[in-house]
Parts: sequence; structure tokens; C-alpha cells
Amino acid sequence: MQLDEFFVTGEPLIYAGMVSIALVSATVIFLLTYFKRWKWLWQDWLTTVDHKKIGIMYILSALAMLFRGGVDALMMRTQLAFPDMNFLNSQHYNEVFTTHGTIMIIFMAMPFLIGLMNIIVPLQIGARDFAFPYLNAVSFWSFFFGAMLFNLSFVIGGAPDAGWTNYAPLAGSELSPGPGINFYLLGLQLAGIGTLATGINLMVTILRMRAPGMTLMKMPIFTWSTLITTFIIIFAFPILTVALALMTIDRIFGSHFFTLTGEGLPMMWANLFWMWGHPEVYIVILPAFGIFSEIIATFAQKQLFGYKTMVGAIVIIAGLSFVVWVHHFFTMGAGAFVNSVFSITTMMIAIPTGVKIFNWLATLYKSKIIFTTPMLWTLAFIPSFTIGGVTGVMLGMAAADYQYHNSYFLVSHFHYVLIPGTVFACFAGLIFWYPKMFGHKLNERIGKWAFWLFLIGFHLCFFPQYFLGLDGMARRIFTVGPEWFTLNFLSTIGAFVMGLGFIIFVHGIIYSFRFSPRDIEGDSWGYGRTLEWATPTPIPKYNFATVPEVDSHDALIDMKEKGETTFDRSKLKPIHMPSYTGQPFIMMAILFFASFALVFEWITLAVIGLIGAIVMMFIRSFDYDEGYHVEVDEIIETERKARRMTDDE
Amino acid sequence: MSENKTDALPLEYSTHQGQMNIVGFWIFLAAEIALFSTLFATYAVLFGRTADSPAPAELFEAGTVLIMTFILLTSSFTCGLAIHNMREGSLKGLMVWLALTLVLGLSFLGFEIYEFVHYVSEGAALGSSAFWSGFFVLTGTHGVHVTLGIGWMIAILIQLKQRGLTAVTTRKVFIVGLYWHFLDVIWIFIFTSVYMIGMVV
Amino acid sequence: MEKKHSKYPINHIVGFALSITLTIIAAWTALSSGLPTMWIIITIMALAVIQAAIQLFMFMHITESGATNAPWNMMFHAFVIAAIIVAGSLFVMSFGFTHDHGGGDHHEGGGSESHEESQEDHEGH
Repeated sequence: MQLDEFFVTGEPLIYAGMVSIALVSATVIFLLTYFKRWKWLWQDWLTTVDHKKIGIMYILSALAMLFRGGVDALMMRTQLAFPDMNFLNSQHYNEVFTTHGTIMIIFMAMPFLIGLMNIIVPLQIGARDFAFPYLNAVSFWSFFFGAMLFNLSFVIGGAPDAGWTNYAPLAGSELSPGPGINFYLLGLQLAGIGTLATGINLMVTILRMRAPGMTLMKMPIFTWSTLITTFIIIFAFPILTVALALMTIDRIFGSHFFTLTGEGLPMMWANLFWMWGHPEVYIVILPAFGIFSEIIATFAQKQLFGYKTMVGAIVIIAGLSFVVWVHHFFTMGAGAFVNSVFSITTMMIAIPTGVKIFNWLATLYKSKIIFTTPMLWTLAFIPSFTIGGVTGVMLGMAAADYQYHNSYFLVSHFHYVLIPGTVFACFAGLIFWYPKMFGHKLNERIGKWAFWLFLIGFHLCFFPQYFLGLDGMARRIFTVGPEWFTLNFLSTIGAFVMGLGFIIFVHGIIYSFRFSPRDIEGDSWGYGRTLEWATPTPIPKYNFATVPEVDSHDALIDMKEKGETTFDRSKLKPIHMPSYTGQPFIMMAILFFASFALVFEWITLAVIGLIGAIVMMFIRSFDYDEGYHVEVDEIIETERKARRMTDDE
Repeated sequence: MSENKTDALPLEYSTHQGQMNIVGFWIFLAAEIALFSTLFATYAVLFGRTADSPAPAELFEAGTVLIMTFILLTSSFTCGLAIHNMREGSLKGLMVWLALTLVLGLSFLGFEIYEFVHYVSEGAALGSSAFWSGFFVLTGTHGVHVTLGIGWMIAILIQLKQRGLTAVTTRKVFIVGLYWHFLDVIWIFIFTSVYMIGMVV
Repeated sequence: MEKKHSKYPINHIVGFALSITLTIIAAWTALSSGLPTMWIIITIMALAVIQAAIQLFMFMHITESGATNAPWNMMFHAFVIAAIIVAGSLFVMSFGFTHDHGGGDHHEGGGSESHEESQEDHEGH
């Protein structure tokens, strides 16, 4: 293979990308060496099994991916700003919308939420870590290396270009030769392993590690939404695993699942993809609902209205999410009966979702709202998401869908649910729980600027797209005619305003890192209701010195009334902790190389890598490391320091 | 976390960590059911799409398939006896029955490889048609699982030899046992919906 | 079941005998009973489900108290999801039409059967 086949050549934008990757990598290596931080990086981060640190790494990676996906979005909007623009050619445009969609869903939204779950769920249920801390590290590194593999594609080998849905036969080896689609298939496969493992891990954690007295119906609502999300992950991700594997076998080993020859059935890909894809939508929206519920209860200073119906609604949404997948391909040619069945199940989803909207409104009703930044994101979510939801019902009507399908109406619809739903929740959750992660708050003034810019930019960007869709502008076209100019131009301005909002948000992080006062209170906002706020800030590595008894879903409120804390000297015992280990990182690095080899169809290398990964599993099996104990003296010292106790309290 | 022992339960359940591992593995098996049912769905949808390769009824042999099924059912039984011996506290019984399970698993694999080679020589390979792609990937995935199970059992046998019956080793044996029985369940469905229906239709 | 610490593994032996018998019945039904195809499929699929249940309850100790009720709960849902995946795929990929793919009548028969199953699943959820 020639070097110019290996690297992508001839595109100035990609050369710029290569240069910036080289510069950033060189800077990172230089900084780590200059400040002698390599050991710190390995010992404190790469080998960690601490759920809080893993969560932070998830969120940092997700923010980086948000940046990458956002740049893709801005490139697309630039190309569509004026009629017949010549900024991206059609091939490059195809690659950009493919990577934008895939990165935003798989490598941004999910890891961001999983990162928040990682940090918050054990704290909310009074656990000291995950059920399987080692597996948690494996999950993170599999996601991380999956994301790296996928992102490599735009400089090495060529990016996938068949859309994030990767429909066959376009994505088959005949119509898309070369490594591009393989990057998609194997990057997602690698990340998918981690997601499934996290799902199992979190489910066991929630089922078996709750504080004494915390029955299922006393769990905080974010934990509930996480539990149901893990349920969906566990049953939906294997479908994706199989679908990706089948297409990989099609492309590399010549089978005929989704091919046009050998009586293959390309439509089966759409069927399998959306059997995973629709539950996936709920994997990224249910935790978001949980985050918003927590924030509303906190800053409305009221118990969440209709806790039980809230839980019921989540459960029903999760169940329905498995029986609506056909609404993504009503126009595939199925008969009226098939489409009608799925049209009805689709519209039924609006009912539990509506229940949730009314519960939030009822919680806010006659409450004394504290307008903090996370609350602003949450309040903006409700009406914006409702617009997205209502247009979703319009799309759910099979007959009408023939008009909306694959138009900008659809594009606008799913951005209206995913951005106010998931992205707003990510921002809101990050700001809300930021003090628990880093020991200081984000600057509220900068945060509000970022919020307003992002919100206005969002509506300016996507509201016109509904009308573009109704005017007949199709999805995924790379040039527009003059009749669509005005609305497209407005949309592009909106996109750049959103970009500005994001930059200001990042500026807020850096500014707060330097100037924010370091918190001394565990309950950083002062209105906390659940156990995560009962821990001191910064959180000790073992989370809870003593695990409290819980008897309502606002555990902290009860503890405050009774004057209890999570540091009860009479109940202290040595705490068992798992040891840090480099195995997960090494195992997934090996699988990364195996997958990379498979992308280029270097079978021997791929097999060697696979054997390496199996050897790592054997090493793990024979590893009887039992972890260590934190002794009582050390706990007392840590807690006294974290709680700023001076005299002999 | 792992120190609070309860005496009423078998050794593998005696620690909180052991219980969580077993629950976690059950949940993993639930995910495996979703995985295999996707493969079954693909196979069922692609059924009959043989293009110009042989039809399944021409190649499937009831004799071989029944032998394979009996071998796997017996191995599931011996695996169950291994767990029974473990709970009686007999390390030797456990290791003997587990080793027997291993041998049966290997002979199952031998038959499967023979079967695949035979089909390929008759002109029905992975790339012959959509139907045969579905067949080979479904049964092949099961075969890969059996292979992994055999490797895993060998690792556990070595650990049993080294450490005897402890809370950790018994938990590992119990989990590999669950895995083995589960593969038997999957095979029952392959036997029924692939081979039997394939020979009838 | 697991509480009885009997020396003799009666459960396993009964389970083994049953699974061998059921396999033989299934093979006989399929290969030499002469029933209509549709009945053969229904019978042997029912036998397979019974066999799976035997493995789960008699060999895998699914109801054991140490593991709480998460295992059988998840197994139950796994079977529901499996039914949705298999029956749903057949239903959708039959496109709701009854034209002949060249796969013969039996294939279509399978499609319409699964069709009823998927209806049940929708209600079940």
C-alpha cells in the first residue's frame, strides 16, 4: 500500500486538520514532559478504576467530540449558507454529515450522559463505587479507543460517507470500497462493547448497592432513569453488535446479508439498524429527563410532582421504544398494515412523554424558582423539546410521513428533540454537578451568556429548517437553490451563534478554574435534596465514610432535619477499595490495533491483536488482586480535612 | 464491601461481590439472548434465499445433528453434576465432571467443524448465498461461544487446582456453568429452528 | 429447590432424561410424524421452549435466593425482546404483502404466524 493511499490527500481542509492534530499532539506531549506529568497521567488517570475519575474522562472526551461534531456542523452550514457554494465538494460534504451524526450520537451524547451517570449514580444511591470497577475502566477505554478509531478516518484512509445510518447497499463493498465504512463499523463496534458493559455494570450497581432503606421507589429520579436506560442498553446494543458484525462480514469476508447479489436483503440492514436505533434515541433522552427532573425539584425547592407517574412514564417509554422502529422507514415500501401498526405505537409514545411534561410544569407551579444557570437550561428545554415532540407526532403519521420523509422537516425535528433534550441536559447536568466533580462552581455570569447565545442560536438555526423542509428541501443535499437562500442563511447564522455559545461555555470553564472560589460546602448550591450533596467537597475516594439510612427519595432533606452526616465516627469501619490497574487500558489498546488492522483488511495482524486481547483476559482471570482497605485513622483524617473541621469536633 | 458473609447460602453466594458477579452474569446472558435472537431473526428473514447454492434440506443430515445435540445435552448434564459436586464440597468430583464437560464440548466442536467442511465441499459456503451466510454466522457464533467456553473452563480448572474451593473459585465455576447451560439453550433453538425446520420446509 | 442439600442429584438426572426425551420427540415430530408443516413448526418450537425452561430451572438454578429476582426478571424480558426481534423482523420484512418471494409458501406461512405473535407482544408491553 502506498503512503498516499493510506493518508487522505488533496483536500486543503484535511491538511489543515492534520497539521492541527500534529500541533495539538506535540503540545500535549511537550507539556506532559516539561511538567514531568507522565507518571501522574498513568498513575492517576490511565490506570484508575475510580468511578468519579472515569466519569470526568468520559465528559472530557465527550466535550472534545462535541467540538469535532460542532466543527462538522459549521462546515455544513457554511456550505449551505449561499446558493451553489463551493466550500465543500459533494464527497467531502457526505463525509462531514456522516461523521457529524455518528460522532454526536455515539461519541458525544452517550458518553456525556454515561459520564454523568458514572459520577452521580453511585453518589445518589450511597455506594462507594460501581459493582465492577475494573469493568468500568474497560468500558471507558473501549469507548475512548472506539472514538479514536472513528476519528482517525478523516486523516487516514478516508472518512465514512454513507450517512450515520449507513444504509446498505450504498455502504456495501461494491458501492463503497475502501476503508471508510470499515472505520464506521469497527469504531462503533469497539465503543459498543463498552456501552453494553457499562449498562450491565450500572444495573447491578443500582440493584445491589443501594444504601440501606433505599427501596426502588425511594431512589432519586436520575437513578431511576439510569436504571431504565441500562435496561434499554442491555437489550438494544446486542442488536447493533450483530448488525455491525454482519455488515463487516459482508464487506470483508464476502457474505450476502445486505448485498444485492446472492439474494441478500439490503432492507434488513435498515430493519436491524433501527431496531437498535430507536431504543438508542431513548438511551440518550431518558437520562436527560432524569437530569432535568433533579434540577427542577432542586431549584423549584419542591418535591418532584408525581414521582410515581414519572417512574411509570419512563418504564412505558422504555417498553414502547422497542416496538416503534419502523417509523424510521415508513417509505421503504411496507404495506399499509405494517405501517399502521407502527404509526399507532409511535403516537402512543407521546402519552407518557406528555405526562412527564405536565409533571415538570406541576412541580414548577406556585414554586419559588431560583434562576441558576442549570435551571435556565432546564426551563428552556420544556417548550423547545415540546416543539420537537409535536412535530414528531406529525412525522409519526405514516401517510403524512411520505411528505416529510428525508426533508429538512425531519432534520429540524430530531435536532429539536436531541439538542434541547440531550445537549441542554448535558450542559445543565455538567453545570449542576460541576462542584461535586471539581470542587468549585462554574461562573454564573459567563454561564448565562453561553446559555442565551446557545438558546437563541439554536432556535435561529433550526426553526427555519422546518419551513425549508415543507418547501421541499431534501436532507443531505450539498448545494441549495436561490429560492431557499433566506431561510438557509438565517439557519447558518444561528449555527454560528451556537458555536459562539459553546466557545463562551468553554471560556467559562477555564475562567472558573482560575478564579472561582473553592467551595467549602458539600451541598454546593444549598438546595440539594439527594445523597450526592451529602458527601463533602472534594469527595473522598471512598465517597461515604458511613452510609446513611434512607427513608425517602429526598434523602438529604431528611438527613438535614435529623442533623445526620455521612461521617458518623461511631460507625466507622475500614473501607474496602479496588486497586488501580493498567490492564483495561492495555487490553483496549490492543483491541484498537486489532480493529485498525481489520479496517485495512490486514487479517493476520487483526488475528494477532485478537489473540493479544484474549491473553489479556486470561491474565485478568488469574489475577487475584483483592484490593486494599482504607483504615479508620485515614478516613477520620480525610473527612476532617474535607469538612474543614478545626477543633475536636 | 466483600467481607459481609452469609452462611446460609452456597459458597459462591457467600460474598456480596460474588452475588453481584452472578447477577451481573445473568444480565449479560439476557443481553446474549438479544444477540442470538437478532441472528435468529436474520436467519429467518433470509430463509429460502439460497440463490443458486444447494437448499438446506439437501445437505442437513439428521444423524450428525442428533449426535451433536446429544453430546451437548450430555455436557450440560455433566456440567450440572460438576456444580452439584462443588456444593457437596467435593473438589475432585467437581474437577472430574468439569473435565468431562470439556471433552464433550471439544467433541461437539469436532463435529461442527466436520459439518462445516462438508457443507463447503458441497458448494454451500459463507459467500454462497444470503441463506448460507445466515446459517454459517448463526451456528458459527454459537461455535465461537463454545470455543471460548472451553478456554475459559481450562483457565478455571487450573485455578481450582491451584486454590481449591474458595468463594472466588466456586463463583467462577458457577458462572462458567451458567454460560455452558446457556449455550445448550441456544443450541436447542438452533437444533429446532435451523435443522429441524430446515429439513421439513 | 436449592435448599434441599440432597446427596443424590435427582434434579439433574430428571432434567437430563427429560431433555433427551424431548429432543427425540422433536426429531420424530419433524422427520417422521407426517403432520402438516405448520403443526410441526408449532410443536417443535413449543418443545424447544419447554427444554429451555428445563435448563433454566433445573440446571441453572434461576430461582436461587442468593441472586434475588433480577435473573428471572431479566430472562423474562429477554424472551419478550427475543419474540419482538424475531417476530417483528419477519412481520416487517414480509412488508405486509402476500406476494411470493420465490421462497415458497412455507416462508409466507411463517410470516403470518409471527404476525399474530407480534400483536401479542405489543399488548404485552
